[in-house]
Amino acid sequence: MDITSMTAATLGKRIKARELSAVEAVKAYLGQIEKVEGDIRGFVTVDREGAVKRAEEIQKKIDDGTLSGPLAGVPAAVKDNLCTENMRTTCSSRMLENFKPAFTAEAVKRLEKAGVIIIGKTNMDEFAMGSTTETSFFGATRNPWNLGHVPGGSSGGSCAAVAAEECAFALGSDTGGSIRQPSAFCGVTGIKPTYGTVSRYGLIAYGSSLDQIGPVAKDVTDCAVILEAIASHDPKDSTSMKRESYDFTSALVDDVKGMRIGIPTDYFTEGLDEEVKKHILKVAEVLKEKGAVVEEFDLSLVQYAIPAYYVIASAEASSNLSRFDGVKYGYRTPEYEGLHNMYKKSRSEGFGPEVKRRIMLGSFVLSSGYYDAYYLKALKTKALIKQAFDRAFEKYDVILAPAAPTAAPKLGESLKDPLKMYLGDIYTISVNLAGLPGISIPVGTDQEGLPVGMQIIGPCFHEDRLLRAAYAYEKTRAYERPAIVKKGGDR
Amino acid sequence: MAKQYETIIGLEVHVELATKTKIFCSCSTRFGGAPNTHTCPVCTGMPGSLPVLNKQVVEYAAAIALAAHCEITRECKFDRKNYFYPDNPQNYQISQLYLPIARNGYVEIGAGDTKKKIRIHEMHMEEDAGKLIHDEWDDTSLVDYNRSGVPLVEIVSEPDMRSADEVIAYLTKLKTMIQYLGASDCKLQEGSMRADVNLSVREAGAKELGTRTEMKNLNSFKAIARAIEGERARQIELLEAGRKVVQETRRWDDNKEASYAMRSKEDAKDYRYFPEPDLVPVVISGEWIDRIRKNQPEMRDEKLERYKKEFDIPQYDAEIITESKHMADIFEKAAALCGKPKKVSNWLMVETLRLLKEHEMEPEEISFSPEHLAELVTLTEEGAINSTVAKKVFEKIFAEDIEPAAYVEEQGLLNVNDEGELLKVLQKVIAENPQAVVDYKGGKEKALGALIGQTMKAMKGKADPGMVSKKLREYLQ
Amino acid sequence: MANKISDETIEEVGILAKLELTEQEKKDAKADMEKMLDYIDTLNELDTEGIEPMSHVFPLNNVFREDIVTNGDGSLDTLANAPLKKDNSFKVPKTIG
Repeated sequence: MDITSMTAATLGKRIKARELSAVEAVKAYLGQIEKVEGDIRGFVTVDREGAVKRAEEIQKKIDDGTLSGPLAGVPAAVKDNLCTENMRTTCSSRMLENFKPAFTAEAVKRLEKAGVIIIGKTNMDEFAMGSTTETSFFGATRNPWNLGHVPGGSSGGSCAAVAAEECAFALGSDTGGSIRQPSAFCGVTGIKPTYGTVSRYGLIAYGSSLDQIGPVAKDVTDCAVILEAIASHDPKDSTSMKRESYDFTSALVDDVKGMRIGIPTDYFTEGLDEEVKKHILKVAEVLKEKGAVVEEFDLSLVQYAIPAYYVIASAEASSNLSRFDGVKYGYRTPEYEGLHNMYKKSRSEGFGPEVKRRIMLGSFVLSSGYYDAYYLKALKTKALIKQAFDRAFEKYDVILAPAAPTAAPKLGESLKDPLKMYLGDIYTISVNLAGLPGISIPVGTDQEGLPVGMQIIGPCFHEDRLLRAAYAYEKTRAYERPAIVKKGGDR
Repeated sequence: MAKQYETIIGLEVHVELATKTKIFCSCSTRFGGAPNTHTCPVCTGMPGSLPVLNKQVVEYAAAIALAAHCEITRECKFDRKNYFYPDNPQNYQISQLYLPIARNGYVEIGAGDTKKKIRIHEMHMEEDAGKLIHDEWDDTSLVDYNRSGVPLVEIVSEPDMRSADEVIAYLTKLKTMIQYLGASDCKLQEGSMRADVNLSVREAGAKELGTRTEMKNLNSFKAIARAIEGERARQIELLEAGRKVVQETRRWDDNKEASYAMRSKEDAKDYRYFPEPDLVPVVISGEWIDRIRKNQPEMRDEKLERYKKEFDIPQYDAEIITESKHMADIFEKAAALCGKPKKVSNWLMVETLRLLKEHEMEPEEISFSPEHLAELVTLTEEGAINSTVAKKVFEKIFAEDIEPAAYVEEQGLLNVNDEGELLKVLQKVIAENPQAVVDYKGGKEKALGALIGQTMKAMKGKADPGMVSKKLREYLQ
Repeated sequence: MANKISDETIEEVGILAKLELTEQEKKDAKADMEKMLDYIDTLNELDTEGIEPMSHVFPLNNVFREDIVTNGDGSLDTLANAPLKKDNSFKVPKTIG
């Protein structure tokens, strides 16, 4: 078995057992990047020299016993909206093309403390706004399963890099589905934890009340191990929650007997691809056979999540992104007349169209005379959606849902009609509005050979339930690798 | 007959709180320092940084609110106020709009028949902006974020004031109150207390309020008074000419004694407030409020009464001394050190006030130490120096905070207490002024004065006049 | 109900957002916004009478920091990414007042 096809947990074990070194691991991944990155374009920055150097340091610590965790020596990548002191952090925007943060994001710091070697920063939709990774200033990332298709977004670079085995795992961020949807499109596993579980300190904000950082990996076990490493109560993030338990790996039990699983009938309506639907219902059957109690129910309010989301996220984004003005950091237009012209030109040249679209919308919905009609209405809708989930979780332990209505669309198709692209987030967005945890796992491929993903949603602070359900299902199915890796793996 | 106009004034007062750290980060709030040295990712709006509220800010704000008889909002929240300006690193200011920390209070001004309540509409917590310095050389501005994130409370009054005098009385009252709480030093010159004046005029007797303007950049009581007079006159002139007052923000230029509009097309005044998603609500429980009340230091009125009782200081003097917390602190320390409260009060009431007036200074700007004043009192009481010398020494203390004992020694200002020396001089003076001696002995008390004067002159002022008088009387017995 | 966004509105929002749009971008922005607002207007079907607007999902409150100075001189990091600087300060076009 070659290094790059191992899961992060397996690789960590082998390194711990001295069967492999951290340096070998890093070099294997850098080799894989060398091979496939030209096709995938999952990275904005790869720090080759730094990664090898850090691997040597980590190996020393493993050797002298100071580092012994499950991820020590494992190479990973992080989304380029997570600040890193030693690597530029661009948010895939011209605005931050050369931005070097003064500090490292708390989640990344925790990985580094656990001995993880960050080898690079992954591509994304500009400022995490998009569902395809096509809005990146550095160009689109391609889907490892079919280079003519998108990897999804906004954490498309992270998910494609994991699927293409360019890193053992990656971190993404999820504001409306940005971990779960690209995980589904790339055939990998990704979790968006309960809001407040992973510190947002150092995550360049898009929609602050919705943003969460989470792991993207080859399987459920990896996700649980990584989540255990990055979750914490951080006094630097006022919205960080003090959880009773940060143990996620204990939930990895192949047993769903008696687990009550709800399937929202209103998710299985018009707009959902027939093949995706079939896959999800098949999973339900599998879980039923394993002893779960599966029932259909009416979640309600499904169609209101997206409009509420776009009001809230755009409003927050318009404010969060106002700091990018050419004064303190980032892009400043070379020629201008006066202060306001400098602001306007820097921002108009530094931001791409999708970012500008959302800033305009967000500024409008907050402007005087519209606040109540749009922003407050959206916050009230959010409250109703939360209530609908609360009611559902009185009856069910978890909810089974698609991760996206279809498999990955072709490159260049989605941006033509933004509203249609937004509709693709229908199954993921309400989870962010309600602060819930959600996991996306691969459940098969469609006729075109593109992966199909499924989402399991749990009540707040119950990652254990979705990890357990996902783990039990995963046991029934072997991990599938895209052809590009198999080709690349034949050494 | 000319129309009579009434001036309607409301104030927005910003006070910088006396916390050690900024409102949302652990940077120092210390005044001064090279540009951008008191900064971190949070107070410079670095991407990925997040604010965490300083608990002391809530404590101070609540203490001020309670002293101003406000209702404390049991669950208050922060909002973002969005506007672009380089002194505002995030291009939004974290403030409170929808649920401010306190509402509906009042401050009482005047006394007796002129007593009046100025109502407080609301009070909120927010962050201060950085500083812009204009670089004349290349016609640019330089931004320093040392003040960015310093905690402020904004106290918004109702339009209850009718004259500059009332405005000054209100501000003085607020200032004294806040200084006593220890919540701010309230120095107008340094900008730790700032007032924006909302002013409108209306014909006497009219019911409706006129259109108001907001005036900024007022950094002394005198400037505030001048700006109020100027703006009142400007608005009346407009109305008399049949023109309208435009609702706008104006900047007062105290040198030119004129204000000008700050408006530009790019400064659209639509702040797009919305709840700050990075901060959670502040819940202020009944117990917390009780604790803040209990910890409230001695306030001005209590202190005033105590001074009258404990030190037998007259009402007027006690009022003057306690009006400035700083002066009261000096008084108490000096009085405790020398044990002569009345003497200390005298120095403050006479010489200190005279010098403050002469230098156009506020009591907060007194920079001498109570130790040195106490020492001066002791020196005079012991007869080591006479009152004329003491006055001169005090001027030195006021200006340079010199150490009086060492100073008088150095300058040779000590009284000559050598009796032999004094006797010699006395004999000489008596011998040279036989007529005066005859007059004194003949019952002319005044003649003694002339003899004392001659003796002092001969001693070059370094004698205690009391002692000289006593010795003269004995000698001429 | 079809939303109509006027040229003035786009102009004003551009000033608020500090974005300078080309004529084509303005046209697109208008169309985009109208379409989005029509879509957002579906929220009006929902009866939200008496519902508390929810900005935070969890009832977390009173997250504080103690008033202790722990940060030192941060000017080097603060100015490290400045597009233009002078005298340890950020340099910007001249501001009025």
